[in-house]
Amino acid sequence: MGFLDISHVSKAYGAVQVLHEVDISVEEGEFIVLVGPSGCGKSTLMNMIAGLEPITKGDISIRGRVMNGVHPSKRNIAMVFQSYALYPNMTVAQNMTFGLEMHGVPKPERERLLADVAKLLQIDHLLERKPGALSGGQRQRVAMGRALVRNPDVFLFDEPLSNLDAKLRVDMRTEIKKLHQNLGTTIVYVTHDQIEALTLSTRIAVMNKGYIQQLGTPKEIYDTPANLFVATFMGSPAMNIIPATVRVEDGAPYAEITDARGHLQSLKFSQANMAEWNGKEIMLGIRPEAITDIDGADRKSQNIQRFSNIVTVTEPAGSDTFVTMTVSGRDVVARMRADASVAARDSFEFAVNMDKAVAFDPKTEARIR
Amino acid sequence: MPIQSRQADLRTRLQDLIPKIVLAPSLAVVLIFVYGFIAFTVYLSMTDSKMLPSFDFIGLENFGRLFALPAWNTALVNLVIFATLYIAICTVIGLGLAILLDQKIRGEGVLRPIYLYPMALSFIVTGTAWKWFLDPGLGLENTMHLWGWTSFEFNWIKDRNMAIYTLVLAAVWQTSGFVMAMFLAGLRGIDNEILKAAQIDGASNVALYRRIVIPMLRPAFLSAFVILFHMAIKSYDLVIALTGGGPGRATELPATFMYSYTFTRNSMGIGAASAVIMLMTVAAIMIPYLYSELGAKKE
Amino acid sequence: MSAVSQDTAVKTSRVAQVFIYLTLVLFALFYLLPLYVMLTNSLKPLSEITGGDMMSLPRALTFEPWLSAWATAQVGVSPTGLRPYFLNSILMVVPAVAISTVMGALNGYILTKWRFRGDTLLFGLMLFSCFIPFQIVLIPMARMLGLMGIAGTTQGLVLVHVVYGIGFSTLYFRNYYASFPTELVRAAMIDGAGFFRIFWRIMLPVSGPIAVVTIIWQFTNIWNDFLFGASFAGLNAMPMTVALNNLVNSSTGVREYNVHFAGAIMAALPTLLVYIVAGRFFVRGLMAGSVKG
Repeated sequence: MGFLDISHVSKAYGAVQVLHEVDISVEEGEFIVLVGPSGCGKSTLMNMIAGLEPITKGDISIRGRVMNGVHPSKRNIAMVFQSYALYPNMTVAQNMTFGLEMHGVPKPERERLLADVAKLLQIDHLLERKPGALSGGQRQRVAMGRALVRNPDVFLFDEPLSNLDAKLRVDMRTEIKKLHQNLGTTIVYVTHDQIEALTLSTRIAVMNKGYIQQLGTPKEIYDTPANLFVATFMGSPAMNIIPATVRVEDGAPYAEITDARGHLQSLKFSQANMAEWNGKEIMLGIRPEAITDIDGADRKSQNIQRFSNIVTVTEPAGSDTFVTMTVSGRDVVARMRADASVAARDSFEFAVNMDKAVAFDPKTEARIR
Repeated sequence: MPIQSRQADLRTRLQDLIPKIVLAPSLAVVLIFVYGFIAFTVYLSMTDSKMLPSFDFIGLENFGRLFALPAWNTALVNLVIFATLYIAICTVIGLGLAILLDQKIRGEGVLRPIYLYPMALSFIVTGTAWKWFLDPGLGLENTMHLWGWTSFEFNWIKDRNMAIYTLVLAAVWQTSGFVMAMFLAGLRGIDNEILKAAQIDGASNVALYRRIVIPMLRPAFLSAFVILFHMAIKSYDLVIALTGGGPGRATELPATFMYSYTFTRNSMGIGAASAVIMLMTVAAIMIPYLYSELGAKKE
Repeated sequence: MSAVSQDTAVKTSRVAQVFIYLTLVLFALFYLLPLYVMLTNSLKPLSEITGGDMMSLPRALTFEPWLSAWATAQVGVSPTGLRPYFLNSILMVVPAVAISTVMGALNGYILTKWRFRGDTLLFGLMLFSCFIPFQIVLIPMARMLGLMGIAGTTQGLVLVHVVYGIGFSTLYFRNYYASFPTELVRAAMIDGAGFFRIFWRIMLPVSGPIAVVTIIWQFTNIWNDFLFGASFAGLNAMPMTVALNNLVNSSTGVREYNVHFAGAIMAALPTLLVYIVAGRFFVRGLMAGSVKG
């Protein structure tokens, strides 16, 4: 029994089912990120936790208390909205204490809580301003402050950073992470940005088409994606997916792939159980940083495979250089050190770290374990 | 773990109910006073009501008699003339003034309110002013005679064949400024980069408006048409104040016909039938329009 | 619509400029002419009108016609001037505008922020009621007012104007609140505010502009109404427009045109004043009433 329990929750609008039997159990102090493309059901799920949308089937409970049908204001939650939803006619101070006032907290108490939070977020000098006179980052802080003064059981963040420009977004991300580390609050955070998900969370729920695709720590999600959707959605640039055939030679399984010239090459699997797939088609998944030049290969890896191919394009990006090539008819991206000497149209010898490779069943799209 | 009912708590249920309770009076009022009354009038149109409502059902007989009445047919012909000219002239003047005003005009802030102010007046006031202005013995004709142009003749308001055009004149005076405002808003909504692109493509000013700008004003044309159309059909006050339906029946419109047959000629059944025809005409335009406007916004 | 002329890409020649200004000024004269004629002639003695030309300024300036129109002119059968009817109109307009605006605000709030199944259809029904030819409701309305015992009274007219004004006021507030972020309402719900508290504390404080637009629109429409006034008002509740029409069409005695004009301007003055003071909002109301959605 977790702190926030979402068990067998479904949601339907008429005949359209937007969430299917969602199960998540959140421990106190966890930072859970719901991530997925738009329309995956993550915002609907958050609204159901908040009580803004009724639950079609299943239960949501907080601290063991079933919350279905409980009014949003009685759930002891606070929410930070994408648009911040600051009341335009009230000052920052009034915005932050409105919820306390509605809950009948006496004025001196409200002012004490306000002062504490304003100091924590360094917005004490803004308290008498109206939201219209604040910058994007300041509004963001006020919106968080409004949630913090309530000292709720669960914080809900609904894409709170997506209205900020790129630099501010990175700063606020760090800010939110610090806040979570210092206060140890329980946070449910919705985003479509997989980098936010990986950097902030203690656990991630990757969602698509109303289903939880995978629930796990950022490392689990990144290294061992449950299926093709998670593999390609999480990580940037995306994981390379290469059609391959499994061949067993001398008892060891190999992935047979075609290079740009049409020649077959083999990469030895690290997982012995791939031998069961002898002669069958699979989808081979390799992250760009697992394909490098030979000097740049991971020294800790037990299984570096050589692979030569013609380079299509190189894209220097400061710290790294991204190299594109064609493998089995697909574009494949490799991530090189910036000083790797590689040029377009040349033949190049790549090192593939097969310890990091994963394989997917092309029919079910699930990872082969 | 405390067992709790999966039912919504009191507050949630109350919050669900309150909006409906607050909306209920408006809904009731609209259902009774608009749709109930429409149904009642439709029913009356199928009875032999004279001075007072009667409930003897006679089917569509009133409609047959209505369309056999010369007065009704005159009113219909008048409406067609009036509505066509009113809508066409208002649109031409409105669009023309809007295009001219959109040429970086100095003093736009003074001119625009002058074009629009008649819209704030009552049709009764408009009618009173124009009635006098058009009176040959007092108004324009008389003034021209006094200024020495003795052959000047302008007695439409007394002329059976021309009186309907005085109605058009006064109505255009009142609403063309409003149509101008609608088109001007449409013009101001057009992206300037499109105009610049067209000029770089070598379009002359005329081609620019004819090929690019006016086609882009389609929504404004549609709105203007719908508004003017329903105003034309509802025109009543102006006729009463300007001509009283005369001379003779020369400016009788369906709205004045309905009123006089119902309340002064004691033919309520016929009056109701004429009101039903008016409603159907408006509905034929408004319902598709409202449907598309509301439907487009549905998510 | 902004008062500032924006940068237009279209360039015009000198000759065209002259033509444009000429046309614009001519039309301005066309729109101003009737007002000018009414105003000047309302300040002339009757003899100067019947004998002289309508365009000239008064030679012997007199305010007599205004006093007469206000207090002593023959309206229908009694020589009361327009004063009592002006008061009737005010007694009718103020409550009718207030009630229909408040109901419109609540309706708009519900239809955008507390949506439910079928709300668009319901709004469509309300909206269509703005555009019906009112002839279709005259007969049953007359009976209904009789049944309710308010036939011929100002209360009766207030009821009529509220009923047929709700559609427009709802339209205005609905369109305005539709662009008001729903997240604010959700935030207030989580903060613990209820239906009325959200309306009062969150929505109303930002509703100023649309309230002004609605009030002006309703005021203009109700003040200028003639059909309902002529149909349902008794002698003691007759509004200004109906009284003006009676004044102009009194068959007894000499036609005092100068008094008619003074009366017409009096009837137009309140709405004209509103237009002059708050024209921006008036135009916005016209636009919102024509472009739905």
